[in-house]
Amino acid sequence: MNHDLLPQFRAVVGHSGLLSSPEELHTYECDGLTNFRVMPLAVLLPVNTEQVQGIVRICHRERIPFVARGSGTGLSGGALPVKNGIVISLARMNRILEVDLANARVVVEPGVINLEVTGRVQPRGYFYAPDPSSQSVCSIGGNVAENSGGAHCLKYGFTTTHVLGLEVVLPDGSIVHLGGKILDNPGYDLAGVFVGSEGTLGIATKVILRIVKRPECIRTLLAAFPSSNEAGAAVSDIIAAGMLPAAIEMMDNLAIQAAEAAVHANYPNCGALLLVELDGPIAEVQALMQSVEEICEKNGAWEIRVAQSDAERTLVWKGRKAAFAAMGRISPNYIVQDGVIPRTALPQVMSEITRLGREAGLRVANVFHAGDGNLHPLVLYDRHVAGQEQAAEALSYRILELCLAAGGSITGEHGVGEDKKYMMSQMFSEPDLTAMQRVRCAFDPLQLSNPTKIFPTPRMCGEKAGEYVPHPLESAGIAERF
Amino acid sequence: MLKAGPIKERLATAVGSQNLRTATAGDSVCGVPPQFVAEPENEEQLASLLSCADDTGVAVVPRGRGTKLDWGNPPKRADVILSTARLDRVLEHAWADLTVTVQSGCTVQALQNMLVQHGQRLACDCLWPERATIGGLLSTNDSGGLRLRFGALRDLIIGVTLALPDGTLASSGGKVVKNVAGYDLPKLATGALGTLGVITRAVFRVHPLPHNTRTLSFSTENWHTMQQHALSIQDSKLAHAALQIRCTAGGRPSADILFEATEAGIHAQESQLRDLLGFTCPEQVAESVWKARQELWSPADSAAIAKISVLPAGIARVAENLEEIANSQKLQWQLVVQATGVGTLQLDGESNRLSAALEQLRAEVEGYGGSVVILRRPKALALLDAWGNPGDALPLMRAVKQQLDPKSTLNPGRFVGEI
Repeated sequence: MNHDLLPQFRAVVGHSGLLSSPEELHTYECDGLTNFRVMPLAVLLPVNTEQVQGIVRICHRERIPFVARGSGTGLSGGALPVKNGIVISLARMNRILEVDLANARVVVEPGVINLEVTGRVQPRGYFYAPDPSSQSVCSIGGNVAENSGGAHCLKYGFTTTHVLGLEVVLPDGSIVHLGGKILDNPGYDLAGVFVGSEGTLGIATKVILRIVKRPECIRTLLAAFPSSNEAGAAVSDIIAAGMLPAAIEMMDNLAIQAAEAAVHANYPNCGALLLVELDGPIAEVQALMQSVEEICEKNGAWEIRVAQSDAERTLVWKGRKAAFAAMGRISPNYIVQDGVIPRTALPQVMSEITRLGREAGLRVANVFHAGDGNLHPLVLYDRHVAGQEQAAEALSYRILELCLAAGGSITGEHGVGEDKKYMMSQMFSEPDLTAMQRVRCAFDPLQLSNPTKIFPTPRMCGEKAGEYVPHPLESAGIAERF
Repeated sequence: MLKAGPIKERLATAVGSQNLRTATAGDSVCGVPPQFVAEPENEEQLASLLSCADDTGVAVVPRGRGTKLDWGNPPKRADVILSTARLDRVLEHAWADLTVTVQSGCTVQALQNMLVQHGQRLACDCLWPERATIGGLLSTNDSGGLRLRFGALRDLIIGVTLALPDGTLASSGGKVVKNVAGYDLPKLATGALGTLGVITRAVFRVHPLPHNTRTLSFSTENWHTMQQHALSIQDSKLAHAALQIRCTAGGRPSADILFEATEAGIHAQESQLRDLLGFTCPEQVAESVWKARQELWSPADSAAIAKISVLPAGIARVAENLEEIANSQKLQWQLVVQATGVGTLQLDGESNRLSAALEQLRAEVEGYGGSVVILRRPKALALLDAWGNPGDALPLMRAVKQQLDPKSTLNPGRFVGEI
């Protein structure tokens, strides 16, 4: 980037909104996936939509790639800077703009922290349903980019279910409004396309959220099983009985040990722990919880506990939500993956993961959203042992291949980002990816917005698959292939 | 008019001559007569026909069973009807995983009949399920009262395969409920009225059938009171599956509330509802009240039907607007509106007055952030735009259309902004 541009950026965001010294930039060279690092040329910290627009207009005019960033908690390298590009941090756009309880809508800026939304509406008995484990620090803008889920999306849906509208700065600097406060706006569901697009279609500067009334009663059950096979059978029986719990989570023994060491959640020491949460009217929950207990007993649960207070329930969840970070208690390093399988494939996939781990000489802890088949295998390793890091990476990708072979997905909630883009070709055919690429070109013809993410071999708009032929813009020196 | 000879031969080659016939008057789309009807037997034939049409400049109107073919603006051209009627199979019901993969020409009822064998359902109470196809349902984004609890089709669809005008069969999403790999094209196809691609198959998450159901109804003197009750119910701890408000010109508004739960759960919620409503005593009624939306289509074609979308707290306002406008134009009306703010209006009377009333209502509703989409127009209202204001994203919508259907082969002119 031409350094003459820094004054132009500074004119938009002021002195305090521009970071350009190497010491400052180091903070932004990676997101939650720290094994990918790229130093950005500058970091911009706008405080409003007009500043975002001003920055993006400069980027568009000068053909500078940009990456939007929320809290940087992403686990797929989605907010990894792009070489010769800038980072636009939305952290200072952190205001809750409007709370409309009668219509169950909240309008926020993208830097608002997920849990703050619930914090604002909780006194009136509402909550914001998507609850990724990082919800106390991750931003709504990041959640929109990744279509974040969480334990309770089994019943309540993902971020996309709860985002009704967006104000977006497109990569050419224009501002558009996608969706809105009402449910059905005339036209294509572009808000639905934007959510989960990992920052490749523009930058969300306002988000209209739907909030949900907190149910009358929430009950959380812990059941200890000899292994994940029995626990998995219990999950299938719960679903077959016609129940839709708010959450069904599973942890294996290694994950239980780590969580216990970290937060002392008082989990039983068992082969597999099932956590089932039901919510709704008291009479309904009581009736269904009895059925859940009977199903767990029938499938070999040797200990069943129902949290008796909010404090107990909070502790149960604290252990689950701390499970990733807790791996540091039992391993110097770990890789967390995010594959999805049809739930019925669980026994077969779990036994394959165990076999692959044994062959690689590595331990794999398993934490997963059992209700929807979203696995989070944690591959444990020590980077100081020669070859272990590479072996761990290879194993984690092999696990994703297992998920695909079972008819699943390479990511359930963390996104593709930088980490899994080379696996997209295994999940989708070339025509599938081309169709997505065309949609991308409608939003971002010059491919300036987070250009190196999601797609394995990004092509410029108008370029066709096959032998590489430089795009006319590239030949003219106007655009660069990243 | 097409040069029938050579183009017909090429279309017949693409789809199979036995699957191409000359159109009849009954195949017209909003009064626009097509020349041919193609009924491919499989996705490959469908994609091949579409590619051939795209190459030869032939406009294509996708059709399921035609229940909602008159929704949207009349097409600028409608050379070939591309029927999905023969793509009518349920491909896979992974009941233990709560997912189903179905071809787009399958009727909703046929799908539900398959799902019920394992105590499950597609949680969408759409119009005319016995005839409506999955493809048509998705393309028109139809939804009923269950949307309150289970979301719209956009929240139920998890995968889609689209035939694009260049002959590509492109899939997005997958067969698992939780999946964020790649762009969410299932949502793009939902409600796109077949203007971006032809849906050939879809994957849905399905839900268990309820243990028990009960519907309770109550009436109020006026809309203001009804609005207050509806908001109180929405703000309560009740876990109802649907809440709709019905009203006819000159009548009192009535509300229906659907509970789906265990017997104990329903009993407890019924008590809570009675406590909440105080003097307004709800009575148990037959489940047939949930057909009220569909019954708005029953009268002859003289009545206009519109879909209204407003905020949940704006229901009384739109009803009062409607009452005032209809009275001044001497029109009859019926309204069925869900607690989500999405409603269906039937407006009947002299055509000039109908047109004026709909335009006035649309201006009012758009003024406070809502929308009025006209679904069925009497012939005299053919020039009235179906969609209303699509907002400042229209250029972006046109760019998406340009990328996926650059020659405007699919449903030309039927969508917003003449897309």
